[in-house]
Amino acid sequence: MIKVHKLVKRFGLKTVLKGMDFSVDDGEFVALIGPNGAGKTTFLRILASLARPSMGSVNVAGFNLPKEAADVRRRLGVVSHQPLLYADLTATENLKFYGGMYNLPNLSTRIDEVLEMIGLTKRRNDLVRTYSRGMQQRLAIGRAVLHDPNVILFDEPYTGLDQDASAMLDDVLRTVAARGRTVVMTSHDLARTEDLATRFDVLSRGKIAASATKQDFGSGNLLTFYKNVLEEGKKQ
Amino acid sequence: MIENKEKRSGNYIRAIGAVAWKDLAAELRSKELLSAMLVFALLVIFIFNFSLELDAKTRTSVTSGVLWATFAFAGTLGLNRSMAIEKDRGCLDGLLLAPVDRSAIYFGKAISNLAFMLIVEAVVLPVYSILYNTNLFQPGLLLVILLGSIGYTAVGTLLSAMSVQTRTRDVMLPILLFPIILPVIIAAVRASGGYLQNLPFDQILPWLNLLIVYDVIFTAIAFMVFDYVVEE
Repeated sequence: MIKVHKLVKRFGLKTVLKGMDFSVDDGEFVALIGPNGAGKTTFLRILASLARPSMGSVNVAGFNLPKEAADVRRRLGVVSHQPLLYADLTATENLKFYGGMYNLPNLSTRIDEVLEMIGLTKRRNDLVRTYSRGMQQRLAIGRAVLHDPNVILFDEPYTGLDQDASAMLDDVLRTVAARGRTVVMTSHDLARTEDLATRFDVLSRGKIAASATKQDFGSGNLLTFYKNVLEEGKKQ
Repeated sequence: MIENKEKRSGNYIRAIGAVAWKDLAAELRSKELLSAMLVFALLVIFIFNFSLELDAKTRTSVTSGVLWATFAFAGTLGLNRSMAIEKDRGCLDGLLLAPVDRSAIYFGKAISNLAFMLIVEAVVLPVYSILYNTNLFQPGLLLVILLGSIGYTAVGTLLSAMSVQTRTRDVMLPILLFPIILPVIIAAVRASGGYLQNLPFDQILPWLNLLIVYDVIFTAIAFMVFDYVVEE
C-alpha cells in the first residue's frame, strides 16, 4: 500500500530524511516512533502530499508522489495534533464542507454514519469552538474517514488529550483500523501505541533504524525495544 | 471523455463554491474579520476628514486617493485574517488534502475576500458621501471600485497565502502586496478621479483598460503559481 525508496528531504542545507526506505502492506497498522526532530512529521507530510520529496520515490495506494497527488489524496485520510476544523462552523457544517471538497455522493447519510461512529450525534449542531479538545480530535478523525480512505495517517493524535479523552480516542482508532484500512501513526505515547499497532518502526537520524512486531519483543516491550535501538544508534 | 471533463469542471466549481461558502458562513457567525475591516476603514476616513480642511473643489480631487487608501489598508487587514484563520488551526492543510486542483482553493478564497471587501466598501461609500458631501453613487465609479477590488483581492489572496507561512506575516503582507498592487491602485485612483471630476470618457478609458488587463494578468498568474506557493 505504501512504498518509499531512498527518500531524501532537505530544508535548505539541513537534510531531515536521509535515504529512507519504508513499506506498509494492506491493512497493516504501523507505528512510527522516534525522538523529536527525527523527521516523523516531515515524512507523514510527504506521504500526505503536503510536502515534496527532494529525492527518492514515494508510492501510496498505487500512485506516485508528487505526480499523482490528487489520486493519492482521494484515498488518504490525515489526522494531526491540530484538528483541521473550523471553530465557527458546527460539526455537521465542517463535515459537509469537507464532503463537498471530496464531492461525496449521499453526503447527508455518510455524515450521519460518521457522527454516530465518533459519538458526536447529539452535539452535531454545536459550534466546534464549544467542543472539548477530545471531542475536536474525535471530529478530526470523523473528517479524515468521511471519504472512506484506504490509508490513514495519524500524526501525534494524543497530543493535548487527558486520560479519558485518550481512552475514548483509542476506541475510535480501533474502530477505524478494524475496517481493514492501512494505518501509519506517529506517537510519543508508547504504551498506547504498543496496544494499537501491529508493527513498530523506529525513525532515527533520517532513516528507519529498526523495525519489529510484538512477537519480536519477546519478554520485553516496546519501551525496551525503543531504548535499545536508540542506544545502539548512539554507539555507532 | 467529454463527460469526464464536464464532471471534473463540475467538481472544480463545486470546490470553489464550498470554500467561499465556508468562509462566508464562518464570518457570518464570528464577524471577526468584517468588524475589524469596517472599524479600521471608518477610522481612516474620519481621520482624513478631520485632518484635511478642504474646499469643495479640492475635496473632489482628493476623494479618489482617500477612498483607495482606505480600501487598500482595510483590505490588508481582511486578507491577513482570512488566511491566518486557515493557518492557525491547520485548516490550510485540510484544504490542501482535498483531491481538487489547488487553484480551486485560491478562487474560493479570492471570492470570499472580494465579498468581504465589497461589503466594507458598501458601508464606507455612504458614510464618505455624507462626511465629504460628495456623490459617490455613480455607475462608472462603482464599476471602477469593483474592478479595482477584483485586482486587489486577486493579488492579495495569493500573497497572503505566501506571507501566512512566515513568522512576521502581519508585516510581511503589506510589504509584499503594496509594491505589486501599485499599478492597480494608480489605475483605480485615476479612473475614480476621472468619474468624480466628470472628465470625458476617453480620458478615463485607458485607466479602465489598464485595470481590466491587470485583473486578467494577476488572476492568471495566481491561478498558475498558487500550487507552488502553498506547498512546502
